[in-house]
Amino acid sequence: MDRILAQFFDWELIAESLPGVLRGFRTNLTLMVVAELCVLVWALVLALLRGLPGRAAAPLRWFAIGYIDFFRGLPALVVIYLVGFGLPQTGVAPFSEMSLYQLAVVALTLVYGAYVAEVYRAGIESVHWSQTAASRSLGLSSTKTMRFVVLPQAVRRVIPPLLNDFIGLQKDTALVGIIGVAEGFRRAQIFAGSRFNASSYVGLALCFVVITIPLARFTDYLIRRDQQRTLAAG
Amino acid sequence: MSALLELTGVEKSFGSAPVLRGVDLELDEHEVVCLIGASGSGKSTLLRCINALEPIDRGTIRLDGAAIAGRGVDLNRLRREVGIVFQSFNLFPHMSVLRNVTLAPREALGMSKADAVARARPLLERIGLWDKRDAYPDRLSGGQQQRVAIVRALAMQPKLMLLDEVTSALDPELVAEVLEIVRELAAEGMTMLIATHEMSFARDIAHRVCFLDAGQILEQGPPEQIFTAPQHPRTAAFLRRVIAAGRL
Ligand SMILES: Nc1ncnc2c1ncn2[C@@H]1O[C@H](COP(=O)(O)OP(=O)(O)OP(=O)(O)O)[C@@H](O)[C@H]1O
Ligand SMILES: [Mg+2]
Repeated sequence: MDRILAQFFDWELIAESLPGVLRGFRTNLTLMVVAELCVLVWALVLALLRGLPGRAAAPLRWFAIGYIDFFRGLPALVVIYLVGFGLPQTGVAPFSEMSLYQLAVVALTLVYGAYVAEVYRAGIESVHWSQTAASRSLGLSSTKTMRFVVLPQAVRRVIPPLLNDFIGLQKDTALVGIIGVAEGFRRAQIFAGSRFNASSYVGLALCFVVITIPLARFTDYLIRRDQQRTLAAG
Repeated sequence: MSALLELTGVEKSFGSAPVLRGVDLELDEHEVVCLIGASGSGKSTLLRCINALEPIDRGTIRLDGAAIAGRGVDLNRLRREVGIVFQSFNLFPHMSVLRNVTLAPREALGMSKADAVARARPLLERIGLWDKRDAYPDRLSGGQQQRVAIVRALAMQPKLMLLDEVTSALDPELVAEVLEIVRELAAEGMTMLIATHEMSFARDIAHRVCFLDAGQILEQGPPEQIFTAPQHPRTAAFLRRVIAAGRL
């Protein structure tokens, strides 16, 4: 028991490693925010492409469907490797010029864009067709109907599942250490390696948990509130 | 004078089920026509076809002499000239009353916010809901919501209004306030095609009543004639059922 405590909960080592780990964790946090913003935009593009009507738009629809299936099927770790090590070596602009941090954003956006696109799509499909009919009957084009009538209602409804995906994204920022981004996990790893002790990981774990648990609680609160609203509306 | 709205041989199927089977119908300007018929006879479908919310399979629909069904028709423009009000109101729940009414003038006609509000204000005042302009639809009664929906369509200054059982989803005590608006519109000369189950209202307001049966207009004429001396046995049978249900 003491050995376990010493291996994981050596408070002196946690305290010693924490400043470095925290500096790394800052990278996780900014990575999370930047990637989330990119994901929100990219996923919306995918969801809209997937929902385009008409035969002419079929290739775009197929692209979106193929993309979403593909990236939901790949482990995030593999995509991070492929993007982080593979893309710069192709020498293709702009990837050859990108920093590791930027490549990490690209990789996370590619993966989470696929998940969040499906969340958007569920939201769009949950808006009753009579809303579209009302809007079109007033002479609004399909684009304006999407923009003013469907999307605002869809987004409101999917905020809880969106937050869920962002909890996942936030945790996966720890994976980008493998391509050399100096984020929290990478720093904890270096420290642990030099001391043959895992306590620095525990410090990092606490950092993550401090952020993700409130987010999870908040998501649950939103879901419950929505349910009550639906019940109240009958 | 040619008719404002002219339907000839309009056919429409959903899959293999024919819903409209050759509808011929004309509406003159300022005319109020009520569409009656059993549930499932195709009233809503007919209105939705006129508004191009459903494509038709065969036939022609002309508004002001111009074909409005088929290829090359600017549907958005057509819909600006034809207003439709639905049974279930279909207000935009995430927008205030005022925004519901000004959205289409601003986004479809390109009016400035001030102009759109100036247009919406007398309409909302007329239905007594200008004070509620910042409220969201879920704060309004069904009757209020339906009146806003009517005004939302009127804000586009349509040539023709289609009303699809606008009182069917309302509690009985709220029906009158909505019918009152429709009466006023009729008195002002708005051209309207009204699908309704309210027979006494139809009798009261319509210049002409059309009986739709299994996707065809079986009989039409002045309300007095249809309601007191129907020519077709099926019209008579339908009216007997309606009377038995206490709706006339
Ligand atoms: N989108 C649709 N897809 C398939 N069938 C439909 C669709 N809309 C209507 N129908 C069918 O078309 C027929 C006519 O429907 P419609 O709603 O026009 O009747 P209605 O006269 O308005 O009836 P009600 O008085 O109940 O409103 C019905 O049998 C209905 O099931
Ligand atoms: Mg109907």
